[in-house]
Amino acid sequence: MRHIISILMENEAGALSRVAGLFSARGYNIESLTVAPTDDSSLSRMTLVTSGTNEIVEQITKQLNKLVDVVKLVDMSESVHIEREMMLIKVRAVADQREEVKHLADIFRGRIIDVTEHLYTIELTGTGDKLDAFIQAVGSVPILEVVRSGSIGIARGEKALQV
Amino acid sequence: MELTGAEIFVHCLKDEGVEYLFGYPGGAVLHIYDELYKQEAVKHILVRHEQAATHAADGYARATGKPGVVLVTSGPGATNAVTGIATAYMDSIPLVVFTGQVPTSLIGNDAFQEVDAIGITRPCVKHNFLVKDVTKLAETIKKAFYIAMTGRPGPVVVDIPKDITAHRTTYSYPKKVSMRSYEPVVKGHAGQIKKAVAMMLHAKRPMMYTGGGVVLDNASKTLIDLVHTLGFPITNTLMGLGAYPATDKQFVGMLGMHGTYEANLAMHNCDVLIAVGARFDDRVTGNIEKFCPTAKIVHVDVDPASISKNVKVDVPIVGAVGNVLKEMLKQIKESGAKPDAAALKEWWKQITEWRAMDCLKYDHTGTVIKPQYVVESLYKVTKGDAYVTSDVGQHQMWAAQFYKFDKPRRWINSGGLGTMGFGLPAAMGVQLAFPNATVACVTGEGSIQMNIQELSTLRQYGLPVKIVNLNNRYLGMVRQWQEFFYQGRYAMSYMESLPDFVKLAESYGAVGMYIDKPQDVEGALKEAMKIRDRAVFLDFITDQQENVYPMIPAGAGQNEMILV
Repeated sequence: MRHIISILMENEAGALSRVAGLFSARGYNIESLTVAPTDDSSLSRMTLVTSGTNEIVEQITKQLNKLVDVVKLVDMSESVHIEREMMLIKVRAVADQREEVKHLADIFRGRIIDVTEHLYTIELTGTGDKLDAFIQAVGSVPILEVVRSGSIGIARGEKALQV
Repeated sequence: MELTGAEIFVHCLKDEGVEYLFGYPGGAVLHIYDELYKQEAVKHILVRHEQAATHAADGYARATGKPGVVLVTSGPGATNAVTGIATAYMDSIPLVVFTGQVPTSLIGNDAFQEVDAIGITRPCVKHNFLVKDVTKLAETIKKAFYIAMTGRPGPVVVDIPKDITAHRTTYSYPKKVSMRSYEPVVKGHAGQIKKAVAMMLHAKRPMMYTGGGVVLDNASKTLIDLVHTLGFPITNTLMGLGAYPATDKQFVGMLGMHGTYEANLAMHNCDVLIAVGARFDDRVTGNIEKFCPTAKIVHVDVDPASISKNVKVDVPIVGAVGNVLKEMLKQIKESGAKPDAAALKEWWKQITEWRAMDCLKYDHTGTVIKPQYVVESLYKVTKGDAYVTSDVGQHQMWAAQFYKFDKPRRWINSGGLGTMGFGLPAAMGVQLAFPNATVACVTGEGSIQMNIQELSTLRQYGLPVKIVNLNNRYLGMVRQWQEFFYQGRYAMSYMESLPDFVKLAESYGAVGMYIDKPQDVEGALKEAMKIRDRAVFLDFITDQQENVYPMIPAGAGQNEMILV
């Protein structure tokens, strides 16, 4: 099963490599991983998407918690949460395709952020599934480049991951 | 007044109460060595290879319960130390290892003797630090000791660039550390303990299985008290030997691949298993699918990640084992409840039958020296009161089986990583900690040669370590597996071109003894024990074909032992 784990860790050099090293050393999957400082500059927040049986995910959270730089973590998948990922996608759009792509971007609530005679670059935010769906929908229009941020997540309601 | 980083380093060690620093100098740590030269409080022990520095510090830590401290230079100094760091990591031994580093301005430039010590050691340390600012040095050292010693102990590496040791700042050593990201659990959950106690009191066929965690937490006395109160059988892991007295009648011997028949069968047939400070290692469980098929399992461990890692348990208890065992004992005493005496009597009757198999028996009527007999004689001659270190292989198993350890911190071996070359340097660390104690290194002609250069260190510091070399001219454990599982194709397991160990020992100023007759074994050991001013190398020429029994072959369950 897919799990999305949010981690607050000390904003120290090498903290990211401790997490990445743990996953490779113990043979866990990483689907995506994203990290940036928070409003508190001493802390980084990492979001990690992984998959595995309940036993493996339990081990993953325990092993992550064991890292000295990790302050707190939560497995978002255990409760209601909002998940988002951003994608920048560059497509070749000429003639009829220009209107078609623009229309599609509107339907998906994307924004065209760069335009040339032959190209559109579209910014799109949503769950991973939605981004996948957009790529599907683009269909015959040639895709030149796809950049995805990896998922981030936040709990719904009063719950907050903080120190 | 402002001090240099090197001065601060030495002050920190003094303030931390460090007695011995095991190390080897080099370019990146010369400022530090210059400061060490000017003082006498911290005694520096010069090894002959950095791997030995880490093993010596490790032996010191295992025997005393204090952290072992190491100083090596950058580059090869750091890489040589890695095996020792990994050894300590696998057995949860507290070490603080200082590695020199090239100056901060050169980091990343492929400078002379530069290596990414932080990157290389990351997977085999509890934590590591690169000090980039001299004002952080004292605080970092304090944190290193704190992390190494608390929770589940382990090695911590502090990488110090050379320029940091020259920079100046004011010095004050922090009195305590608090880290929001590191707060080890100490007390066990009272509700979970209550559940465990109820399960223990209702057990018909209970079994205690305890490991190195009991030794590390100095919880031996509490464990003995609890086991006596309950009347349960108890087994120790290789790392846990001595935590419960081997001569006590409730002790059924070591368990696992070369454990006793009674210990493994009691594990396999028990209905409640109480695991304390042990981690269900593959050498203990055998085939995990067949492990303890009828048991409810209680697991006490300070490390939550150890729980339900290999074997799913029914009652997990996270906490320092000493605290949890005390709480168990308290609850049992307060409740006034007693274990099921009739069921226990039946259970013991069964265990006594298994015991009667006498699974460790061996034939020593011949004219060649049996290795088991050497260990038994060592036990007899030292009255069971020596510190015994070992290397890795058959001799290690025989030492574990035949030396009956009655006290914790007496049996010092590389259990998790299985590091050949561990025994001799570890013995140096133990002998330094206890100059008047008898320290024996039970080894083989393969293992001893992996760090034999340390005979020179023994000479320098006059350490009277007794090296008990079980010399069968084979890498014995490899040979045994090749005999059992590779139809006797002894690929590279034969040790050709052995040195004359007696002459070698003598050239290092030690006493060398050559013993090839069973009737000479005890006399030689007695004679060796009298020598107190130098090391003794006892080269016992032992039976080449002897195997370690009993044995659980790979893939088999604990009830599927090879007996002879």
